[in-house]
Amino acid sequence: MLPDFMEQRTALPANMPSSHLRVDGQQWLWAAEAMRQFCARFLSLWGADDRDRDGCFRIYAAYLLPESVLVVEHSIAAAAAPFYPSIATLFPAALRMERAVHDLLGISTDEADHRGWLRHGGWPETLFPLRRDVDGSQQYPIVSAPYPCVAVEGDGVHEIAVGPVHAGTIEPGHFRFSVVGEKVLRLEERFGYTHKGVAKLFENLSQQEGHRLAARVSGDSAVAFSWAYCAALEAITGTTCSSRAILLRALALEHERLANHLGDLGALGNDAGFAFGLTHFSRFKEDLLRANTVAFGARYLFDYVVSGGVAVDLTEQSRRLLLDQYDALEPAVANMRSIYDEHAGLQDRFREAGRLEHSTAERLGAIGLVGRASGIACDLRVDHPWAPYDRLDPQRIMQTGGDVAARVQVRFDEIIESLRLCRALLAEPPMDGIRTFVSPAEANQLGIGLIEGWRGPVMVALETGPDGTIRRCHAHDPSWQNWPLIEYAILGNIVPDFPLINKSFNLSYSGQDG
Amino acid sequence: MYNTISRMMRTGLLTEPLPAVEEAAPTLETLQQGLLRIVGRALCIRHVDAGSCNGCELEIQALNNPYYNLEGAGVKFVASPRHADLLLVTGPVSVNMEEALKRTYDAIPDPKFVVAVGDCGACGGVFGTSYASRGRVANVIPVNYTVAGCPPSPTAILRGILQTVHSTSSTTSK
Repeated sequence: MLPDFMEQRTALPANMPSSHLRVDGQQWLWAAEAMRQFCARFLSLWGADDRDRDGCFRIYAAYLLPESVLVVEHSIAAAAAPFYPSIATLFPAALRMERAVHDLLGISTDEADHRGWLRHGGWPETLFPLRRDVDGSQQYPIVSAPYPCVAVEGDGVHEIAVGPVHAGTIEPGHFRFSVVGEKVLRLEERFGYTHKGVAKLFENLSQQEGHRLAARVSGDSAVAFSWAYCAALEAITGTTCSSRAILLRALALEHERLANHLGDLGALGNDAGFAFGLTHFSRFKEDLLRANTVAFGARYLFDYVVSGGVAVDLTEQSRRLLLDQYDALEPAVANMRSIYDEHAGLQDRFREAGRLEHSTAERLGAIGLVGRASGIACDLRVDHPWAPYDRLDPQRIMQTGGDVAARVQVRFDEIIESLRLCRALLAEPPMDGIRTFVSPAEANQLGIGLIEGWRGPVMVALETGPDGTIRRCHAHDPSWQNWPLIEYAILGNIVPDFPLINKSFNLSYSGQDG
Repeated sequence: MYNTISRMMRTGLLTEPLPAVEEAAPTLETLQQGLLRIVGRALCIRHVDAGSCNGCELEIQALNNPYYNLEGAGVKFVASPRHADLLLVTGPVSVNMEEALKRTYDAIPDPKFVVAVGDCGACGGVFGTSYASRGRVANVIPVNYTVAGCPPSPTAILRGILQTVHSTSSTTSK
């Protein structure tokens, strides 16, 4: 039974069953306790400055329940030091989000860790860029801000500092290893390097153009983010897209999943010293991207999902080309899978490396692909199928090993399942239009869009302003939840295995930095 | 092992010809001669993500796939800026990456080239300048060449790299 005050919830516009609950400070904590008790998954935490409206700041938390999504909203009276109770002891993943909320809005919690997360000294400590009275376009000189990492002491312990610039074509972030010999005793991550002020930028955009910025929160999940944004806007305005547009969006999303999984499988082989894997998987990925150019008009589908539908229609010729492509890809992947499975050296590196135990994954709130490799059954396409997944019967892919090998197997299985979904989507495509007009939404409406991207659930919470403007838009990448897990998965492994373990998670820096 | 070798045999060579740059398309031979004249060996590239959304990274990574076969053209990515001739920068420069980018640039020995990749690197893109972003790469370090696109295709990036070397080699040979 949910506590009484939680019966007050109202329906929330979204692409899956969702409700909205307004609470006070005490209830904010009680709601989190109830969510923990009901084994809800913690989705996101974000804040807003509504002092212009009613003199309050707001803090929101989104939870995923077995049958619906719950957004809890708590109003915080503007004071010299606005404050709300932390939920990080219940949902550890909330801690970094609470620190980020403080950097952007200046509202804080009772948590002990007050180190800046997104602010590295690039703007004044007393300036909170997401406040409405702050001009976000202003530039400030950098003042170096110290960031004390937790020190590990003892005989023979030393630190290895890596990043933000890494030795490869990857995103920037800092990793601080405390090691004895090669063995990792502790890893501390520090991110925020690619913070680009996305939330503030949204406030200057119209509802019609917001999807372009959403797509660029994390480029490898462009379809998931732009669809989540459009789903939120369409839910608020009550727009129903044509069934052809919905189908093409799902096709684009599955192509995004395929491209990323293919790329990762190649990179994982390479990181374990098997360059052959990279050569072949990167070739499959390139073939798919070239097919994207023909079918969708671009290799990466940044501006494909638009409000009310999609930008480019699929021709009959492209439909056949894609089906042929799937027919070529599936046996090739099966062939590569048997090569990977039978390669003793590769399996020796994959197995037992970077194990994320089920209990740790459960306690820390793992989601998405990483969760599914540690036995966490969480896939929005299966649990809360939105159109068109409601008629596709997507299969749940799961592994329980929690090691690099399990994350490799999940990717192989998901490729096969994605190909099945793509074929089903292209079997008998409806012939209605590809774009529906979306009228400007009424002001002050909150809606959410949730899409299972290749990494996990991508969420966009959109609040409308007057005359087709965006009042607040929060775009959440599942990397927020899964990054802290690497700090656990690496324990007891050796430093040279870190690239392999990190790649098997393949989380987004830009997505979490915002 | 049989499977591995059999897949190699069945796949064969996939590498495509180099893309054309201004004036005439470089042949592999003229390109390598140009590189040899300027840097005396393979062109070494260091990539820095200065705040990108990670879209451009995907296309840079694609340069190493067998179709583009960057290393076959005598161009390779290196881990240290001290080994690099050319700095490939993606993203608008976030304020949190400004110092790291400057330090990387400073660590590259002269003569050095900088290619800004993508709309963000070329002009700031959707992010522009703000409290968190310095905008285009040229606002922070000197840039020799920009490759537009969101993200630019691997061919466009490759063309940008070749064009930078090509124009330098034509100047130095005069």
